[in-house]
This record gives sequence, structure tokens and C-alpha cells, in this order.
Amino acid sequence: MGGMGKAAVAAAALLLAAWPVGGWAQGHSGLVVGMQLEPPHLDPTAGAAGAIDEVTYANLFEPLTRIDAAGAVVPGLAERWTVSDDGLTYTFTLRPGARFHDGSVCDSADVKFSLDRARGPQSVNAQKAYFAAIDTVETPDPRTVVVRLSRPDGLFLFHMGQGDAVIVAQETADTNKQKPIGTGPFKLDRWAAGDRVELVRNPDYDGPKPALERVTFRFISDPAAQVAALLSGDVDTFPQFGTYEALDQFRKDPRFAVLDGTSEGETLLVINNARKPFDDVRVRRAIGHAIDRTTLIDGAMFGTAKPIGSHFPPHRPEYVDLTGLSAYAPAKARALLAEAGYKDGFDAVLRLPPPIYARRSGELIAAMLAEVGIRLRIENVEWAAWLERTFKGRDFDLTLVAHTEPLDIGIYARPDYYFNYRSDRFNATEDELSRTLDPARRVALLQQEQRIVAEDAVNGFLFQLPVVTVQKAGVTGMWPNRPLQANDVTGVSWK
Amino acid sequence: MRRRRTSFPLVAGAVLTGALVLVALLSLAWTPYAPEAVRVVARLRPPGPDHWLGTDHFGRDVLSMLMVGARLSLGIGAASVALGLLGGVPLGLLGAARPGWWDEAAGRMADLLFAFPAVLVAILLTALNGPGAGNAVAAIALFNVAVLARVTQGAAKGVMRRDFVRASQALGRGPWGVAWVHVLPAIAGVLAVQATVLFAAAILSEAGLSYLGLGVQPPVPSWGRMLEDAQTFLTRAPLLAVFPGAAIALSVLGLSLLGDGLRDRFDPRHESEPIL
Repeated sequence: MGGMGKAAVAAAALLLAAWPVGGWAQGHSGLVVGMQLEPPHLDPTAGAAGAIDEVTYANLFEPLTRIDAAGAVVPGLAERWTVSDDGLTYTFTLRPGARFHDGSVCDSADVKFSLDRARGPQSVNAQKAYFAAIDTVETPDPRTVVVRLSRPDGLFLFHMGQGDAVIVAQETADTNKQKPIGTGPFKLDRWAAGDRVELVRNPDYDGPKPALERVTFRFISDPAAQVAALLSGDVDTFPQFGTYEALDQFRKDPRFAVLDGTSEGETLLVINNARKPFDDVRVRRAIGHAIDRTTLIDGAMFGTAKPIGSHFPPHRPEYVDLTGLSAYAPAKARALLAEAGYKDGFDAVLRLPPPIYARRSGELIAAMLAEVGIRLRIENVEWAAWLERTFKGRDFDLTLVAHTEPLDIGIYARPDYYFNYRSDRFNATEDELSRTLDPARRVALLQQEQRIVAEDAVNGFLFQLPVVTVQKAGVTGMWPNRPLQANDVTGVSWK
Repeated sequence: MRRRRTSFPLVAGAVLTGALVLVALLSLAWTPYAPEAVRVVARLRPPGPDHWLGTDHFGRDVLSMLMVGARLSLGIGAASVALGLLGGVPLGLLGAARPGWWDEAAGRMADLLFAFPAVLVAILLTALNGPGAGNAVAAIALFNVAVLARVTQGAAKGVMRRDFVRASQALGRGPWGVAWVHVLPAIAGVLAVQATVLFAAAILSEAGLSYLGLGVQPPVPSWGRMLEDAQTFLTRAPLLAVFPGAAIALSVLGLSLLGDGLRDRFDPRHESEPIL
């Protein structure tokens, strides 16, 4: 009975969604966006899952500043701001007409509430560190917010533009997980769990109206089904398309456009630095030398990825190419292992989360490490189990995952992060970086950080996760790159 | 109506199953390539003289993987059926030998085990111990225990009512003695048939569990995971799905035919139909 009901609802939803979209018809005002994972809930201030931001960021919720398609900080809920000369006082002026979806005005009190909530003791924010420098938040008038920092923070405006920093109302903050009430140009219409989230245009939005009247996010985890959904016209655009072996087919098909973009996703063979034998830097370096990145990228990604030698994306100006430090040299890897006392290698477990890049890379890396004597047992796990045991519990030898948060090399300074990496040298550099505003010095420090983690071989640095969007040829305005985890559809339209 | 002792199903089943066993044994000594040897440059090759059945997306030899996969399927099938016999037969005999309370308890126990499909048990075990082949064996074995307990109990009850058993009981043999000396030999044929059919089902279940990632973990090849890997290449290399699919189908067919043939031979009056 329950199944029947669900099927009927799904069928009705399909009809509803198909009505304005109409399969392959063009020039309409709806958009169906394909996503691999469904968000666990829709409150970006209370969860680390990227899928939350991919539905809500800029569409439902707005932060004070915003990150645009090029990764630059642009006005969001704050139409302008000033920074004091000492870099300690930020004065934001809010948009005059900003309103929440429930009709209430969004004023400085809401901003103060949101920032204080995110940094407070009860906070469940996934990126509390973004707010750590805030000393006080003052509200001299309803449109003005003055944020005083206890120390200069070079990334403050960037961080205030992240999904974790969106502005919410006190009255609705606790129910945003199921009923998100933001200030964005779209509002939630319905959420059919396991299938789709539908947004409709917010008629009361104070900014420029988006071209789309309705946006549907459909969750399709199966790679073959993703390809089928695109080919049948059920999905209009699929950002972060993960079935790399199907790309050739779409590139040759004139009905489709394939956008190749840059991502912030450093794909790592994550090493538990606290666990024997990985606490020995020689063992970690040996792992690096045992991995043939060219074959890995060819085999797991069908050639669609750029190699990395540290925890930094190649498209950023601060990038240093350090792949040479862990160049493929199996003989050297064996020598390093012997030096560390593991002449006959050792056994370890490689735990792999579900994405296809992880599963395929993991199998190839297990074969490569076997060549130098490191015998890996592969354990394929689901995301929930991975988050619980590996990420939170830090109970693992090796795992493989892409770290998609932007400019996140600072995680190597976190004492409780799951890498279990401790380095006074890195911490000192990070400390200086967080207090430095001079752009040239910041570049130098970021480059030094890349070098430190590469020299310490904290993790196996594999490749930058490619961001490929496959969509119907008529869709314009989707972000080709991924400066942060978001599907900002406010500027999307049909040709 | 009596059929001839060697029937077509028996011969066909024995040939197919024999071939499967031979391939599995051969894989212990020889495979064309190492089944785990990755060679990305040679990926997705169609069948040819170098690779008789082609290569997969990592350039591994499909024939070698299928051969090792056969060993794995047989191993897991055998282990789960053996465990099923060890658990199910005593449970069923207990129910048959002690009518009343025990009978009920054994029956309910089998019902309880029946209620958990292998997939559910495998998911549960994976959550507890992490993934691995052991989970697949345990999950399938649990189902086999339930089936074999039910079959044993049914068949044994019939035998218990026969005169020679009554006579033996009257002469003072205890319930376990009766079960061992009289009942077990009498129902051995039924059990052999049931075990063969369960073997076929176990191979199918193992493939299903591996397909879902709940069975044997990579890089050890398994038919189910080969199917899963082949899924995204269906348009480019459909044969990658055809070969493991055919291997599973032929193995299950062979064992099912063998089960049918054995039933005809041991149990010409079809006293009890195998439960699948």
C-alpha cells in the first residue's frame, strides 16, 4: 500500500514536473538539475554535506557576501561594506528590501543572530572556524552591521560568503532543515524525499528576478541512470557529472554541451598519520612514490583530471607544482620502506566511500601499492558509515576522498582533524597567514604551506577532481567552475 | 510412473556443474593472466587472441577474472550450504523427534530466519563488522538453515510414523539414536536434492550481494561485482556484462538441473518438492 502511494505521488510529481518542462522542448522557464547525492536536510548552517549547499546556496539562502562564478567575493545580502585600516572592523550595509520567504524583514538583528548562533557554544555549524575571529557583532541601525574581529582575518569576507554563513531568521532557524526560510530569489515548493526538491521563483524577491520560474533538483546516484536521464531529456543539466567514460558520447552529440571546469576538490589518498606504520614519514613518502598518477588519471578518470603534488588546486595563482616531490619511482618506494624497517611490506585497509572516482582510484592504487609490497585490503563503505567511522571516529588506515571545500589547506592545522597530522612548522605558518593581509606575503605563506604538507607527505596527493557539467545545448548560465559547492541557478536561462 | 534412472536433467546438470568445478579447480593452477593485474593501456579490448574474452575497464583479463570468480562462487556456495546443513538438520530433527513444544519452537525458529532475506542480513552484518566475504556466507547460510530445518522436520516426521521406527522406539532406542540410525539415512536423498537446489540459490545470492558491494571486496574478482562494474560500460562494451551474466546463469541452471535429476533418482514419487 505504502509503495503504491509513493508510486502514485512520484507519478504525479513526474507529471507536474513534465508540464512546464515538456521533455526536449526548448525555451521554457523550468530547469531540472541532476545531482548525485540527496541532501540529508536543507539547512546549510547545520551540516557538512555538500549537497545541502548545492540545493540551497544563493537559491534559497543568501550570505552577507557572495562568491560568484569566478570565485570572487561580490555583494550578497550586504549591498556594500567597508573595512577599517587595521583590518579589524567590517561595516556591512544590508539591502533595503531584503525579506525572508515568510514575509518578515531581514534586518541587522537577523545578521547578528545568525553570526552569534554560528559561533556560539550551541553551534552545530560545520565550519565554526570561519567565525572564530569575530569578537563582537553590533547593530547600530536596522540596515547596518558592524563586525569587530579579535585578530585580522585575511579570508573573512570569503568565509562570510560561504553556505555555512547564510543569514537566517531567529523564528525559523530551528525548522530550516525541513522548511528552509531564507532571503533568496527562490523558495521551497516541495521535497519528495529520495527523489527531488522543487523550488519556485520567489515573487517578493527584492533583487533582479531570475529567468527560471521553477527549478527541480533530481537525485540520481546510479551512474547508468544519470546517463539515461540526460539522454532521455528528463534532466536538463547535470553539474559534477561523474560517469567519465560517457563523456565522449556527450561531446560528440550536438544536442548536448559539455562544460569542463576547475574544482576545489583535491583528491587524496588520506593517510592516518597517527597510526603505525604511517606515523613514519618514510612510509608515507614511499606511498607517494608508488603511485603512478598518469596511469591513475587515465584508468580511473579516463584522462579527465589534473595531477596535484600537494593540497592545492592548479588553477589558483598561488599554486606551486610539487608533483616532483612524489614522482612515480617504485624502486625508491621499496628502498624507503626497507629503510623504515618494512622490507617485506605490510598489510593495511583502504576504506572507500561510494563515488566512482574513489572506488576506481582505490582499486588502481591497491594494485600499485602491491607492486612495492604494501598489501591493501579494500573495504567499500557507504557515506554514513564513512563519516561515522573514518571522518568522525578517525578509525582507519587509509581512505580516498576529494576535499571540495575551497582554500582549505588550513585543515592541516586542525589538531582534531582526521588526518591526525601535527606539525609545529605548519601551525606557525597557518597562524601567520590568518593574521596577514598583505597579498604578496599571503601568496608566499600559502606556497610554503603547500610545500610543508608535500614534504611531510601527509597524504597521497592524487589529482584535482574534474568538474564536468553535461547539459542540453540550450541551457546558459550554469557555472562551469566550482569555486564552492553550489548550483547557483539565479542566472540560468534558456537560449 | 517411473522415470529412467539417468534422465536428461541429471546428465545436463552434471556436465554443467562438472565444467564449473573443473574451471574453478583449474584457476588454482592456471589462469591466462593474473586476475588482478591492471594494465590501463589495454582496457576495454574486445575478445581476441590475446584476451579470449577481452579486458575490463582497468585492462584486466575477463577470462581470468571469470575463472577465479567461479572458484569464489563455488566456495561461498559450498560453505553456506554446509553451514546450512550443520545448523538446519539438527534443528529439524529436534523438531521431529520431540513433538509438542520443541516441534513448535523449531518451526517458529525457522519462520524467524525465513523472515530475514539474505540481503538484509548481509547489510546488518556489514554495518557490524565491515564488508567482507564472511558476511555473504553467513547471510546465505542463515537462510539455508531455515530452509533445511523446515525440510528436515517435514521429511523426518513422515519417517517417524513408519513402523520400523516405532519398532525401534519400542525396543528402547532414544530419540537421538532413532534420528541418527533410522531417520537420517531415510531422508538423505531429500536433503541432497535440497542442498543442490540451495547451492544454486546461494550462487545467485552471492552474485547479488557482490553486485550490491556486500560480498567479496575488490580486487578479488567476483561475478556479481563484474556485472556492477560493467553497468556503466553497457553502451561501449556490452560483452563485459554478458560474460559474467552468462556464467551466473549457466551455473545456476546446471545446479538446478542437477537438483531436478537427483530428485527424480532419489525420490521418484516426488514426495517432497524442494523449497526455493
